[in-house]
Amino acid sequence: MKKFAVWLGQGILYAALATVIVVFSHWPAYQNLAADRALIKISISHQGQLLGDCVELTPQELAKLPPNMRAPKSCPRERSPLTIEVDVDGQLAHRQVAKPSGLSGDGAAVVYRRLEVPAGKHHIEVRMKDNARSEGFDYTRSEEVDLAPAEILVVDFDAATRRIILL
Amino acid sequence: MNAQAIRNSWKRFEDTLDVIFPGGSNPLRNLGAIACLMFAILLLSGIYLYAVFDTSVAGAWQSVDALSRQQPWLGGWLRSMHRYAADGFMIATVLHLVREWIMGHHSRFRRVTWLTGIPLLAFLYVSGIGGFWLNWDRLGQYAAVASAELLDALPLLATSLSRNFLSAESVSDRLFSLLVFVHLGVPLLLLFGLWFHLQRITRPRILPPRSVSIGVLASLGIIALAVPVLSTAPAELGLVATALPLDWILLHLLVLADMLSARSTWMLIALVLALLVAAPLFSARATAAVAVVDADNCNGCRRCVEDCPYSAITLEPHPHGKPGQQIAVVAAERCASCGICAGACPSATPFRSVVELVNGIDMPQLSVDMLRRTLLDALASARVPQIIAFGCAHGLDVEALGEADVTGYNLLCTGMLPPSFVEYALRAGAVGVIISGCAEGACEFRLGNTWTAQRLRGEREPHLRRIVSSRDYRVVFAGDRDRGSLDQAIKELRGNAATGINP
Ligand code: HEM
Ligand code: SF4
Ligand code: SF4
Repeated sequence: MKKFAVWLGQGILYAALATVIVVFSHWPAYQNLAADRALIKISISHQGQLLGDCVELTPQELAKLPPNMRAPKSCPRERSPLTIEVDVDGQLAHRQVAKPSGLSGDGAAVVYRRLEVPAGKHHIEVRMKDNARSEGFDYTRSEEVDLAPAEILVVDFDAATRRIILL
Repeated sequence: MNAQAIRNSWKRFEDTLDVIFPGGSNPLRNLGAIACLMFAILLLSGIYLYAVFDTSVAGAWQSVDALSRQQPWLGGWLRSMHRYAADGFMIATVLHLVREWIMGHHSRFRRVTWLTGIPLLAFLYVSGIGGFWLNWDRLGQYAAVASAELLDALPLLATSLSRNFLSAESVSDRLFSLLVFVHLGVPLLLLFGLWFHLQRITRPRILPPRSVSIGVLASLGIIALAVPVLSTAPAELGLVATALPLDWILLHLLVLADMLSARSTWMLIALVLALLVAAPLFSARATAAVAVVDADNCNGCRRCVEDCPYSAITLEPHPHGKPGQQIAVVAAERCASCGICAGACPSATPFRSVVELVNGIDMPQLSVDMLRRTLLDALASARVPQIIAFGCAHGLDVEALGEADVTGYNLLCTGMLPPSFVEYALRAGAVGVIISGCAEGACEFRLGNTWTAQRLRGEREPHLRRIVSSRDYRVVFAGDRDRGSLDQAIKELRGNAATGINP
């Protein structure tokens, strides 16, 4: 009798463990985006323009430098920050100024942002600036898009063609 | 509720389960071992999965999905075992951690074991999450994108990992190989880390008692058959993976990052890790005196080395012995002050005709000499014949039983009792001897009651001489609450008061 109770008790507890594993390894379903929504993913990794031009050094300036550093030109390596603005249906949905990476600010600036929108038609306008010395935005793009539920629209920048791309 | 109250409730819970899981087969007392068993299942099933896995982006989904569909018996079952064992691994490890925390097992001699456990938890999370990437189904896609977003929040890399998952073209085979490498490499780190984790533990229980192994294997095996793990649709990076059959046991951190933010999730992780690392600092428990070796009484027989539960004793050349003779040396920071070594030493026998019984290795706070003297005094001065009860500080308090004919001694651990003391007490006039302590498989110092039981049965040195009749002593490993079993033993010994060893 006692033996039976032990078997039964163990059976129940192992069944409980098995149930916990089976249930919580599948359920409840995770809805990380509501069924009627779509996603705009702004993902840009881009090296902005140089902040300053190279300057010729005068002989006096050169003389002050240690002999092994005497290059005739001094070229600042720091890059412009990236400014990005995204409008969805005429409303500013995201604005960000991304600093260049790297200790001396000479790396790419990275923008990553997810914007949830209702599925359906939208007017998207993207403005980007990668040159601190210019006026206004250097690149713009606006487009009508029709997003299916759960569809992802990627906003990126193609450095080769110097164009904002929507894909 | 203070820590002590929580500890007591947990102990009560464990004691209750002892009723259903008798003889040391209580899973709650074997959580580390169950975790190891899960790990073993994972490694074995993983070898098969890797053999049939296609490590290219284009072929991964197909190769895993085919397992479930084309060979549901072996391949599909092993795949399901692999997943469910991973879930079980996580559950067992977290419970193991919680239990050791509640029991206060993070300080003093356990500190290194505790601290080396923490990275294992991190490796477990990474291995668990990483496994999902490889299926490269919608769930794998979610896991990969969410992991990348989480990692991008750390200022580790100048580039953004998430950019690798923008479109199908951006996921290269090279990147995919990296994902595979993570899922092979981190579990190996875990294995290596486990070796560190168990460095300070003698004979770690890396496999549970057989009945527990059978129970666990059967549970996993049955659910792997009944509810096989299946892939969702292939990854499609142009669409958000929604309505996912999420594995909450392994992927909850990713959901947390969705709900809070990547940065807050990292802060939370850092906070938990900091708490775990700091736990040993907050416990201000008095440090007890550690074992001390007496050179003249140590002959280097190794018994204490064998029996020490925390690998605290090594043998070194004897300072004033013959060439080749060795002496036991105690590493103070590893010593648990359990006294199990004192009970193992051949010089501990109370029959030695010396005025002061100096043991080869002994506890300053409760030496075998003190035990022999108080025992003789108690038996000599008692008005009624006495039953001697040797208990332990973690079991029932045998010094406060309130019985006129029972004299009790709370040892540091029952394992510190040299078995010859049983015979000695009987010869000195005791009507019976009780040896009590923690429940089977529940020794506070891991091995104390196991060694004691073996020594009394004559299976381990030093052993109790056969001349002592088993009628005259009782072993009651009943934990710290089961007074009933102890009273029963007292009653039985009172009953045969007439016999005993004739001096
Ligand atoms: C991969 C995960 C882990 C595995 C497989 C594992 C396994 C084990 C095993 C087999 C033991 C020996 C048990 C015995 O023989 O008495 C043990 C002991 C221990 N573990 Fe773990 N462990 C893991 C993670 C952790 C974690 C995360 C912690 C806490 C931070 C931890 C804390 C401890 C402590 C304190 C002990 C010593 C218990 C004692 O001295 O009585 N472990 N572990
Ligand atoms: S008291 Fe003895 S047996 Fe216990 S941990 Fe210390 S050296 Fe090892
Ligand atoms: S058991 Fe005693 S004699 Fe043997 S090595 Fe240890 S201290 Fe020395």
